[in-house]
Amino acid sequence: MSSRIYRGARVIDPARKIDRIMDIAVSDGIFVDPGTVKDASVVDLTGYVLAPGFIDLHVHLRQPGKTDAETIHTGTMAAAAGGFTSIVAMPNTNPCADNPGTIHYIRTYAKAEGVVKVLPCGAITKGLEGQEMSGIGGLKAAGVVALSDDGKCVQNHELMRHVIEYSRTFKLPILDHCEDTNLASGGVMHEGHWSVFLGMKGMAAAAEELIVARDAILARTANWKVHIQHVSTRGSLAIIRTAQKEGIRITAEATPHHIALTDIEIKKFDTNYKMNPPLRSEEDRLAVIEGLRDGTITVIATDHAPHTNTAKTVEFDYAPFGIIGLETALPVCFTELYHKGYLDLPSLISKFTKGPAEVLGMPVGTLEIGRPADITILDPGREGVVDAEKFYSKSRNTPFNGYRFKGCAVGTIVDGKCVFSLLDALQKD
Amino acid sequence: MNNPWTKKDLMSLYDLSAEEITLILDTAQEFKKVSQRKIKKVPALRGKTVVNLFIEPSTRTRISFELAEQRLSADIININAEASSLRKGETLLDTVRNIEALQADLVVIRHSAAGAPNFLASRVRCGIVNAGDGAHSHPTQALLDLFTMREKKGTIKGLNVSIIGDILHSRVARSDMWGLLKLGANVTFSGPSTLVPREFEAAGVRVCDNLEDALVGADVVNLLRIQHERQRSGFFPSTGEYARVFGLNKESLKYIKPDALIMHPGPINRDVELASALADGPQSVILEQVTNGLAVRMAVLFLVAGCLK
Repeated sequence: MSSRIYRGARVIDPARKIDRIMDIAVSDGIFVDPGTVKDASVVDLTGYVLAPGFIDLHVHLRQPGKTDAETIHTGTMAAAAGGFTSIVAMPNTNPCADNPGTIHYIRTYAKAEGVVKVLPCGAITKGLEGQEMSGIGGLKAAGVVALSDDGKCVQNHELMRHVIEYSRTFKLPILDHCEDTNLASGGVMHEGHWSVFLGMKGMAAAAEELIVARDAILARTANWKVHIQHVSTRGSLAIIRTAQKEGIRITAEATPHHIALTDIEIKKFDTNYKMNPPLRSEEDRLAVIEGLRDGTITVIATDHAPHTNTAKTVEFDYAPFGIIGLETALPVCFTELYHKGYLDLPSLISKFTKGPAEVLGMPVGTLEIGRPADITILDPGREGVVDAEKFYSKSRNTPFNGYRFKGCAVGTIVDGKCVFSLLDALQKD
Repeated sequence: MNNPWTKKDLMSLYDLSAEEITLILDTAQEFKKVSQRKIKKVPALRGKTVVNLFIEPSTRTRISFELAEQRLSADIININAEASSLRKGETLLDTVRNIEALQADLVVIRHSAAGAPNFLASRVRCGIVNAGDGAHSHPTQALLDLFTMREKKGTIKGLNVSIIGDILHSRVARSDMWGLLKLGANVTFSGPSTLVPREFEAAGVRVCDNLEDALVGADVVNLLRIQHERQRSGFFPSTGEYARVFGLNKESLKYIKPDALIMHPGPINRDVELASALADGPQSVILEQVTNGLAVRMAVLFLVAGCLK
């Protein structure tokens, strides 16, 4: 592959505290010193922002098992269109990713049909059943980057303690979906004002907060990393903030929908507002934004959860949890966080680069010379309206159809190869 | 009569104005007279097809609707969940679209999932009447409660209405609340604190942990059926304790007004939420509620059918 120099863009690399206009050079898919390249083609990106390739720590690709809702190909296309160069694939496929064979399958398909990098996440417990530890050593050898029972939550605290301790040996972070299943049992939305007035079964904030507290305590006991997935309540954030101050190795992610929406939407009975954890109160939403501002939350992740229209076009109680998010995450976050003045650009970009890279403990999410050339090109001023019919994802279950946004990704480069572009200057390779 | 009613569906009293609620009650008053005639039938819905789609089992509401439809001369189809293709995996939307393809005009739906009627109403042309959806809404029950109160007390405005029992799981409490508040009544909720969410205070409801506080000065006491499964879920220890602490009995009469009405949406657990002596006593209007339910449902069907395109 020839060499390329990206010129004129505002380069923001939060991991190295870079924020200035400079040349970025890529040769053979690797970042190189712009002074050393010869015969490079120059791409003019004046007016745009060039950032390390965005990482989504929380994606459901549905392959194997639910390929009518999404495949590794369509899911990674959606990721590319959303500005992501790497995505962490949750293990709740069918069969689930609790064994090296399934990891091998995912990696094989990702290599053949994937448009961006797929980083597989292994299951914490066999069959995601919360009973027995999965073969963590074997999963590590097969290439998983983290462990999670996402969608479910290990209820046995002793087992969870052992899992966290055992994972330390393999340097695999635990990504935990925090939910006390008794407290949340049968719930379809946040327990609060709107669940009471609509007469719907609520999921108490306490169901999340109890497990967040459990995880913080066990992370201290085990001296290892626990990452709280899709944190959604004010109480959870207070616990995480306190734990972090005490030096406990606990991190947290927020989703764009918990940043932008609240439970008042449920009164429409539209199942595209049904997810787990549910949309919470305005107080919780503002607490999530405050957590992003003060650094308690270092990651924004989508929890991209595709479901077919058939599955979602039912009574609210019967619809599966989950919405897609890869193609709306940046438009929503630019609009709700950057343009509303909550986060500046380096802080916002950090939540998609430095933050997730630190959780994974992997040398990604930076433009450092010698690293694979994964790049996201952003246009913070670009305006538009979300049109779900144009999504690359196979599914359409989004609450953001028709959403007016300002700011999005306009180019996605993986290993030096442009896989998505809205710019004339940047041709797809 | 100039018809100011404009809705093809009846979902919830939350969606209605005080004027619309009053219009239904006034219309029901006319239909109540029909039920007192020798020939109890009018041709108001002749040539119209009404489908009673009862996904959740119901006896009294279904019979009341069915009779109301017969008295309006509608053609009627009854579908219940056990016998329908919903059991074969057909979606609710497909079921109703099939009904619509048979040129049905109105679908009366009872469903265990909150919002199911709303889900349908936005997707089909025929009119949808909510006959109870989960713990969300039961508008015709609330309308018959309002009708009964208005008939007995002359007006709803200013009445002190106490609703006692499992408020959390009650579509009746929620529907009564919206209707009563819109018509200017003072609403009090009471029962075990596990079953009476404080959130209702935001709507202007008084929430009392203590039953006596809830009963003092009441013009109307509406008791809700307490379901045994709530005991199994740990909301309260036993029906015996429930009866002692939250049941309405002769002792309670000293707190409520001497001419207060005792109401219950049925079916009653005798001597649990309501002592038999009171259920059968002079203050009880429980059977009149059932009678009025027929008139109210005739009024609703009549008004809604008038708005079909």
